Amino acid sequence: MKWLRRGVGLLVVLLLIGAAAWWYLARDQRAPSTPVQREADAAALVDPARIERGKYLATVGDCAACHTARGGQPYAGGRSLATPFGDVPAPNITPDADTGIGQWSFDDFWAALHLGKGRHGQLLYPVFSYTSFTRVTRDDALSIFAYLKSLPPVNQPAQPTGLEFPYNVRSSLVAWRALYFKPGVYQPDPAQSPQWNRGAYLVQGLGHCNECHAPRDSLGGIEQNQHLTGGQIPQLDWYAPDLSTRSGGGLEGWSAQDVIDLLKTGQSSKGSAFGPMADVVRLSTQHMTDADLQAVATYLQALPPRAPAAPVAFPQAASHEQGGKLYAKHCADCHGDNGQGVAGIYPPLDGNTSVTGPTSINAIRSVLLGGFAPATAANPRPYSMPPFAQQLSDEDVAAVVSYVRQSWSNKASAVAPVEVSRSRHTPVD
Amino acid sequence: MIRPPYRRSSLRAAVALLAFCSAAAALAAAAPDTLEQRVAACTSCHGARGEGSPDGVLAPRLAGKPAGYLLQQLEYFQSGQRRHAPMEYVVRQLSQPYLRQIAEYFAAQDLPYHRWPQPAVSAEVLRRGEQVVLHGDPARAVPSCVSCHGDKLTGFEPMMPGLVGLSSGYISNQLVSWRTHTRAAEGPYCMGVVANRMRESDIAAVSAWLASHAPAADMHPQPAAAQTTPLPGWCVMGHSEVNP
Ligand code: HEC
Ligand code: HEC
Ligand code: HEC
Ligand code: HEC
Ligand code: HEC
Repeated sequence: MKWLRRGVGLLVVLLLIGAAAWWYLARDQRAPSTPVQREADAAALVDPARIERGKYLATVGDCAACHTARGGQPYAGGRSLATPFGDVPAPNITPDADTGIGQWSFDDFWAALHLGKGRHGQLLYPVFSYTSFTRVTRDDALSIFAYLKSLPPVNQPAQPTGLEFPYNVRSSLVAWRALYFKPGVYQPDPAQSPQWNRGAYLVQGLGHCNECHAPRDSLGGIEQNQHLTGGQIPQLDWYAPDLSTRSGGGLEGWSAQDVIDLLKTGQSSKGSAFGPMADVVRLSTQHMTDADLQAVATYLQALPPRAPAAPVAFPQAASHEQGGKLYAKHCADCHGDNGQGVAGIYPPLDGNTSVTGPTSINAIRSVLLGGFAPATAANPRPYSMPPFAQQLSDEDVAAVVSYVRQSWSNKASAVAPVEVSRSRHTPVD
Repeated sequence: MIRPPYRRSSLRAAVALLAFCSAAAALAAAAPDTLEQRVAACTSCHGARGEGSPDGVLAPRLAGKPAGYLLQQLEYFQSGQRRHAPMEYVVRQLSQPYLRQIAEYFAAQDLPYHRWPQPAVSAEVLRRGEQVVLHGDPARAVPSCVSCHGDKLTGFEPMMPGLVGLSSGYISNQLVSWRTHTRAAEGPYCMGVVANRMRESDIAAVSAWLASHAPAADMHPQPAAAQTTPLPGWCVMGHSEVNP
């Protein structure tokens, strides 16, 4: 938490800068719609085709993942989202008049999604991914709103936020927004194909992939120039990889089909989804149309190559031999003697970017937690991996993870036992 | 109705496992297309066929429990109504139909029960345990355990678990979880009521007696029709005395 304390100092400075910018930014930026527009909106809200489209878009936006408590009513809120600054509960967005968005106009909803502002103009915390959702078109937002309005209302009051001073003062977000939030609907790039543009719109907007797949600084913000370059997700402690499939990218060597397979089935010939990505696949991307998945893959395939990492020859772990024995005993049955896996069943570990990633946290936690790839329509009965947290010591986990990171074609750094002991908690939301 | 489709699976499982071990050693070309292979995560804790961990506390027996009961517990872990982090994590990505198949698979495992070593408690404590199990604690309105779990303590299809084959550590952990609300249930909160009415010292007593009790000749859950003693009103679906 050292970085947090440093961050607080920085924040005070930023608050001052922010105050200066206040008069400009705190002005209500929403342009209220005209009476004619409002009437058109009202008619749109009851159009069944639009409601159906809204349902699809809300699934792509994965709104239910945050706005549903575990075991709770869909969209009725109650789930608390952990941030380094405290917990922020996701509110009820069913059309309940008292506790949900029953009394909201479309203008109110648009202000939330596009500008990150609540119904009374209050600034919303960016754990609500409006930094991405701002790219969504007005028409798509209207469809989502129509869908939400069509849901059965659930009476469930909002919970208080668990943020401490100064973060509990919403106006402290003025400075944060000045730094990290640029409202604006996605503008198609005429130099690119319609498919690429559709992919860009989905990835940058509703898919909010960048909210996880980019590094966050000490203020929890993503620098404007960081687009899908990979980062550790604060609090969750999983690493979401760089998504470039070109040389030096986190998904180097992934074909468009691999990307589509992963998002649609939870598995691919290059690796399978686990941790938060398994949630994303199960709740959201598996339901995307083939055309949209193809568009997303096209866009990811076109991300720029990354600067090659400085060629480092990582010294082989002293535990390599022990790691090999552990691998033969505990892992080879499923992942193969040479880390080749079993197609469609067990992911390969050779050449797997989750294994060789710039940090070893995903590989360590996969070994500790085991588990199933997500059950999807295309893979309804996934196979599983035993958790090794109970069976293997920190030294053994470090040895076997180092072994897989340094065997076959894999060339990554070794892992120390202390990194394993740091990752020994089981996430349960 | 829950119809376990895997009745004859014991032999098949053994054959499949053997085949798997030798084949996998040669080359991991394919994995057996079986449920037992799919649930390798579960069996690493609960035993190859759900017989429970050797100490009976680390992971309870699943084999032979009523399928409806197992499915309901898996759903409770998913919704967070029953808390146990590794269990919650492992079921998180699974669908309800898949969980049902898994529940039916373990329910259909027909394995012998064994008796746990006699816990180190006095004869008096054991007598008290027997008293509560068979007759309850009328002074505190605790019904007897047999009144719900059956006179043979083997439970009933499809939802009522038996109290056989469980270690004393596991039983007392569960009774404590109901008191601390880390194991809850929807609707009728039967065991919440029972556990909260019990004297604290009786938890150890009933757990010790149940674990050391000679197993019944037939350990299978009784058919639903055999459940003739009516459940108390607060333990019937539709009635709710929630979290006393
Ligand atoms: C990553 C989690 C997350 C996702 C995904 C998410 N939200 Fe939210 N949302 C939140 C949180 C947390 C808040 C509360 C923010 C605050 O209190 O400042 C919120 C607030 C809102 C609000 C304002 C509600 C109010 O009462 O002020 C609306 C409207 C909303 N979200 C709609 C959506 C829609 C539509 C989607 C999908 C397109 C979505 N959200 C996706 C977490 C999320
Ligand atoms: C019973 C089969 C089985 C065994 C044994 C097994 N795994 Fe796995 N492993 C899997 C499955 C299935 C997945 C995919 C899980 C998921 O997607 O959540 C997986 C995923 C992984 C991953 C994440 C890679 C990815 O793309 O999903 C790593 C790393 C890993 N295993 C390493 C190991 C190591 C090291 C061992 C031995 C200590 C081991 N596994 C033992 C079946 C197994
Ligand atoms: C809630 C955070 C989160 C969001 C949102 C998210 N991801 Fe991920 N993603 C992760 C994490 C963590 C991993 C690493 C675990 C893994 O490999 O499955 C990952 C891995 C991946 C992988 C590589 C899988 C592998 O096996 O190496 C791809 C491809 C991917 N994500 C694509 C996307 C796309 C496209 C989106 C947007 C539609 C997206 N992700 C949104 C967290 C997220
Ligand atoms: C890390 C070890 C571990 C793994 C892996 C695991 N379990 Fe469990 N399971 C436990 C423990 C420990 C308990 C007891 C929890 C408690 O005290 O409430 C339990 C409880 C259960 C129960 C409740 C039993 C009862 O009689 O109430 C069921 C059902 C169950 N597990 C099924 C499964 C299935 C199915 C899987 C695989 C999908 C699985 N478990 C994987 C450790 C594990
Ligand atoms: C009023 C009916 C009722 C009575 C009386 C009752 N039980 Fe239960 N018991 C249940 C029900 C219903 C369940 C299933 C619980 C659930 O859904 O979580 C259960 C489950 C259990 C379990 C969990 C079994 C497992 O495999 O995890 C234990 C242990 C248990 N009861 C012990 C007892 C003991 C000891 C007594 C006597 C002191 C007792 N019960 C009396 C209804 C009852």
